[in-house]
Amino acid sequence: MKILVCITHVPDTTSRISFTDGDTKFDKTGVSFIIGPYDDYSLARAVELKGQTGGSITVINVGEAETEPTIRKALAIGADDAIRVNAFPIDALFVAKQIAKVAKEGAYDLILMGRESIDFNGGQVHGMVGELLGIPSVSPVMKLDIDGTTAKIAREIEGGKEYMELDLPFVAGCQEPIAEWKIPNMRGIMSARTKPLNVVDPTSDEAATDVSKFELPPAKSGVKLIDADNLGELVNLLKNEAKVI
Amino acid sequence: MSALAFIELDEGTIKKSSLEAISYASAVEADVTAIAFGSLNDGEADKIGAAGAKKLLHVTDEKLSTGNIMAYSSAIAEAMISEGASLLVLAKSSLGDPVAARVSIKIGASLLTNIVELPDTDAGFKVKNSIYTGKAFAITESKEEKKILVIKKNAIEIKENGGSATVDVFTPTIADNDFKVKVTSRDKTAGEVLLPEADIVVSGGRGLKGPENWAMIEELARTLGAATGCSKPVSDMDWRPHHEHVGQTGVKVSPSLYVAVGISGAIQHLAGVNSSKYILVVNKDPEAPFFKAADYGVVGDAFDIIPKLTEAIKAQQ
Repeated sequence: MKILVCITHVPDTTSRISFTDGDTKFDKTGVSFIIGPYDDYSLARAVELKGQTGGSITVINVGEAETEPTIRKALAIGADDAIRVNAFPIDALFVAKQIAKVAKEGAYDLILMGRESIDFNGGQVHGMVGELLGIPSVSPVMKLDIDGTTAKIAREIEGGKEYMELDLPFVAGCQEPIAEWKIPNMRGIMSARTKPLNVVDPTSDEAATDVSKFELPPAKSGVKLIDADNLGELVNLLKNEAKVI
Repeated sequence: MSALAFIELDEGTIKKSSLEAISYASAVEADVTAIAFGSLNDGEADKIGAAGAKKLLHVTDEKLSTGNIMAYSSAIAEAMISEGASLLVLAKSSLGDPVAARVSIKIGASLLTNIVELPDTDAGFKVKNSIYTGKAFAITESKEEKKILVIKKNAIEIKENGGSATVDVFTPTIADNDFKVKVTSRDKTAGEVLLPEADIVVSGGRGLKGPENWAMIEELARTLGAATGCSKPVSDMDWRPHHEHVGQTGVKVSPSLYVAVGISGAIQHLAGVNSSKYILVVNKDPEAPFFKAADYGVVGDAFDIIPKLTEAIKAQQ
């Protein structure tokens, strides 16, 4: 089975978010970058599936040269080779078109990625790739088993789960608890250095949206502490000040 | 110009967030048509009109009654063409996201998501959208004439004086290819407030010591008409189901009031709640980081405070 895992290169979940250049650019100062947490789950599941059925795992990232350490980490976790589409990931449509082109050329059986990136939280790329390739897309997937050419999936719905079956190929946007995150071991880190990382040029497609400015939310004014023996006052504040109950 | 609003149902009832989507659409375009799949409870069609739609396209085909991403996308794209709509508005959800993505490719529309305010149409078409899991906003411009707007839940007021909507049965042409995914079963709690939709959320963390202690959380939630949530460790330990996990890798909520009980407030948990209008934290540790993100706080033992708080709320109801 040929698996394509799409990864994002995003700020660590504990990062303080700020902007520069008149609030038009993300400020990378002091920020460490990671594989998107949801993408990391999909990669972990891909490694497990490869262990069961054999085959290969290719990771793809749409990004500039700075994302290579993140891609190398995915190789250390267990991907066999990698493709970096050398372009700034302008928006979901642009990224989806790059992935769809690579996916078509490589004739992958399964395309996995996170349910959404943690920078723009769009959750759009899996659906767009599925539609561009004319194959199903399922998200958010919390359980994925493959038996021959058929997959059994559990998808989270609001208030529960939905169980489904479908044939390969398809695209899945993944989330926990599909697999446990894998930490690369020393052998993985050593071998990742020599695994192929191919850099390809983007298609000339354009983005459909453009971010003109960033903003930060207003700071919280500070907590109002209420004595545990005076809960009537708390109810009063929730009712008459916040007007939420 | 007209707009289409995609309506999601929960057991025949229109989701609140879908009424927000209709209201958003009617603030942008005068002529709004809604599209809904599956049977509607009595009186639900009236809500669609009140929220601002003039017409409901009702897809009654039994095969389309459960959320089929591919078939819904085809039906919506077809409805947009037949209605001459250049704008699609829907609520952000696990069904809405992939449907919006597929429709955007089918009709060549730009897709703007996590929108928190009405658009700025002074020059072009710009929206404000939540990014970095609620830690920031972007002002994003559409470069296409056709647009799909995905609205963050609880960000828009529901209009109540729109009028009434006519109901047309809509029978889309769906290819067999769109039925490749076979839903074999569903496992869903019935009759509870859905967490992502809830106006009030009461969440418990490790401070509650075990799943057997959730009765007081549920009682407080019932009293407030709230949904229940939990922190990641609680879901990881299977004290509570995963669909209740609030946080960076779980459900992101944006209620009017978020009540956190026995949750320390790790940055990954805060990422799931930072769009809440008000946050109330109950924790015995006065140094818990959650207090820094809270509007109201009570320092003390949850086992003592939560039952008393429930009684105090009941007394004032």
